[in-house]
Amino acid sequence: MLAKRIIPCLDVKNNRVVKGKNFENLVDAGNPVELAKKYNKQGADELIFLDITASIENRKTIIEMVKLVAKQIFIPFTVGGGISTIEDIRNLLSAGADKVSINSAAVKNIKLIEEAANTFGSQCIVIAIDAKKKIGPKEKESWEVYVNSGKIPTGIDALEWAKKVESLGAGEILLTSMNKDGTKSGYDNDLTNIISKAVNIPVIASGGAGTLKSIEETFKNGKADAALAASIFHYDTYTVKQVKTYLKNKQVEVRE
Amino acid sequence: MIAIIDYGSGNIQSIKNALDYLKVESTITSDPKIIESADKIIFPGVGSFGYMMDQLNKKQLIKPIKQSIAAQKPFLGICLGLQALFEESEESTNVKGLAIFKGKVKKFTKGKIPQIGWNTITPQNTNNNNNNIFSKGYTYFVNSYYVIPEDKSIIATKTNYFGNFTSAIQYKNITATQFHPEKSGEFGLKLLRSWLKC
Repeated sequence: MLAKRIIPCLDVKNNRVVKGKNFENLVDAGNPVELAKKYNKQGADELIFLDITASIENRKTIIEMVKLVAKQIFIPFTVGGGISTIEDIRNLLSAGADKVSINSAAVKNIKLIEEAANTFGSQCIVIAIDAKKKIGPKEKESWEVYVNSGKIPTGIDALEWAKKVESLGAGEILLTSMNKDGTKSGYDNDLTNIISKAVNIPVIASGGAGTLKSIEETFKNGKADAALAASIFHYDTYTVKQVKTYLKNKQVEVRE
Repeated sequence: MIAIIDYGSGNIQSIKNALDYLKVESTITSDPKIIESADKIIFPGVGSFGYMMDQLNKKQLIKPIKQSIAAQKPFLGICLGLQALFEESEESTNVKGLAIFKGKVKKFTKGKIPQIGWNTITPQNTNNNNNNIFSKGYTYFVNSYYVIPEDKSIIATKTNYFGNFTSAIQYKNITATQFHPEKSGEFGLKLLRSWLKC
């Protein structure tokens, strides 16, 4: 059967990987190619690079980075951050990215999803959803979509949005819980579960990876198809291999 | 020299990158003459079955592909490049494939579609090819469709996605995979190396 995927996420700024906490106190964490190689060696199933500056002049440096990674790493990789046009997508894919992740621009211009899927195929269009839990009774749980790195609420319901992006041709959903992000207290499995069951495309759970058990739970309770994690790998709390060995012992199918 | 056939779709740079990494000379081309003069052919496919066949027609690539196969040149089809070898596909019902093999391309009916991720290929000892390059292991898939060959002896590997499907075939000089060896890490590179030695 299809293995559950473990995906390290690397934040990239000015062609370097940076580490920080809640986007503050950023410190240099090294060369993207070297870190990609390291995670690849540990058994990462995919990599996600997130351009956290996403300024116009930085677009070119990201393209150069993508080219370098694509020449050395032979596992799928996704690039996200600041993508807003078909041209942006074309440039990244021709540089060697396998998929692109689109967030704010998809909300602002839903036609972009359809156009991107029709032009390049659904398989390379990942829609990133940043969702925050709304205050209300447990039996009527709901989540709201935020854009611009979680700064702007949109009033859009995350579940409805997930179904919508699927119908427009998204190939995968990268679902980040804003409540859990950076907390290491476990993924929001209620959110992941409700969305994973509602759509027929893979859902990547993100936000909250902490203990090994939290990753197991996002697969078992959240029904996630893949789990993204950043800080636990950046700070060497666990290697990808340790995560996979643990999951295998818990009867979660993983690639070894 | 290896010709990587480009019919104007998707990311075929990754297969070129993998061959560069393996220090093997290759060229991405849609020129029938270059394809005719190549020693080996790689046919990576991305997009839809109908669009692919339409482009192959327009770029007059069908004849050089069929001739290369008939001339016993080692041929590697990847993803849609496997599906193209069959007669027809549920994806584009009124379009004819290359029909090198008898059989159809069908859509998955269970599980999330497309299948995206790593799945196990299991070599089939019923395969006629005495130089089976496949071993058991995880490879990277992105597919909604799979082939059903009429001649079961060409099936080289099978994979389980809510039921077994054919994930690679081998017949004489023809090798074709539903998965992406160029995106299957060390295991995939090893497989490409074995094919290059054929």
